[in-house]
Amino acid sequence: MLTALIGREIRLALRHGADSVAAVLFFLVVSVLFPLAISPSPAVLARLAGGMVWVAALLASLLPLERLFGADYDDGSLDQLLLSGLSPVAVAAGKTAAHWLLTGLPLLVAAGPIAIMLRLDPERVAVLLEGLLPGTLTLSLIGAAGAALVLGARRGAMLLPLLVLPLATPVLIFGTAAVAADHPRAELLLLAALLAAALPLCPLAAGAGLRAAAGS
Amino acid sequence: MASHAVVFEPTPANSRGPGLHRFANPGRFLRLSEALLPWLAAAAILLGSAGLIWGAFFAPPDWQQGQAARIMYVHVPAAWLALSGYVALALCSAASLVWRHPLADLAAAEIGPVGAAFAAICLLSGSLWGRPMWGAWWVWDARLTSMLLLFFLYLGHIALVRAFDDPTRGYRAGAILALIGVVDLPIIHFSVVWWNTLHQGNSISLFAAPSIYISMLWPLILATLGYSAGFAAIVLARLRAAVLERRIASLLLAEAARAEHASFAAAPAPAR
Repeated sequence: MLTALIGREIRLALRHGADSVAAVLFFLVVSVLFPLAISPSPAVLARLAGGMVWVAALLASLLPLERLFGADYDDGSLDQLLLSGLSPVAVAAGKTAAHWLLTGLPLLVAAGPIAIMLRLDPERVAVLLEGLLPGTLTLSLIGAAGAALVLGARRGAMLLPLLVLPLATPVLIFGTAAVAADHPRAELLLLAALLAAALPLCPLAAGAGLRAAAGS
Repeated sequence: MASHAVVFEPTPANSRGPGLHRFANPGRFLRLSEALLPWLAAAAILLGSAGLIWGAFFAPPDWQQGQAARIMYVHVPAAWLALSGYVALALCSAASLVWRHPLADLAAAEIGPVGAAFAAICLLSGSLWGRPMWGAWWVWDARLTSMLLLFFLYLGHIALVRAFDDPTRGYRAGAILALIGVVDLPIIHFSVVWWNTLHQGNSISLFAAPSIYISMLWPLILATLGYSAGFAAIVLARLRAAVLERRIASLLLAEAARAEHASFAAAPAPAR
């Protein structure tokens, strides 16, 4: 049932290819803006590259959140999903997994080349990706909870960043600290700990949000 | 609308619910808060001004920071209240999710703006304090930054609660958000401390003897008590206004329904 839900999400995304590529394209374009705005000097860029990739990834993963539940809420298929026998928590978890597969994973693939273009020290690229793997997962989890809460709100799309970004700051802090650190083990473990905490709690919150949205 | 139905029933003064639910009855809340509010407001004004005047004129200047340290009497209680306000917000949210109580919903919605105002006072006074001490209006120090993030959490809650056409939906969403926020808040604080700190360490902690001279501690305690009473008084007044607003709205609805009913009854039967 859960795999069917994830499969449905992926099929939908593949048929509307442009929607799913939009987040990655946004990531690429924003990353190109940083050198234009700051400096093309390799020394400056190398210092800032980790932070720039992380900020761009954070913003890019916000982009598809509004449609994550929004499209299904508008056309009524969210009610169908909740009636399907899956618990709201499972629906939220499945949707979160789909969001990560369709946004987090492509970001992870794109982050390596982008980091090298931003002149990040090649040895640190691996650390960046190691941090982004649990990081994007946690962002998907927090983001899905936020997306479930703004369902049916006026200006939900504008509200979403205000809700999600403050909650996501620990991920950003540990992720960028890992790239900057000489021995990033502690930071990476803390990122994994954040993921371990978010993994049960966020779908719970998102499920409660979905139940509230469907109840009205 | 379900949200209007509950405050509409006036309850007899002698009815007793089980345990704390007794205080969660809107009619009893209105009577109780009416009696409590003047005392709280008076305590806020007296204790707060006593603490602030003592701190501003009679407490000794700091040996290191001189007169500028007097901002502490404004800054520190605001920070404590902003933080405990968010905890109160989360407690109200938990109560509203568990017991679905409309008063807890309203309380959570009303604590939000007050807490945000205290966080803003803390940020502004911190910025004014930072100018002579650190030589800059804003320093990315750990506690200032986590207070800023707390301020954003408040703003998100305020905006979310008020973003729905159906107020009950707003309360539910806001309650869930507050619970996520209160779990995340220590993590945010820890991560920000990890990230950077050049703030002076805490002078007062629950677990150690205070490292602040007793003649500076007393005005701080007074100011904190005054701030707390003020926080409670403002929230209580806003809560009373919100309950009464609800009551008026449901009375108007009932009035309109009655008028409509009467006009239908008075109209002649339509000709066939």
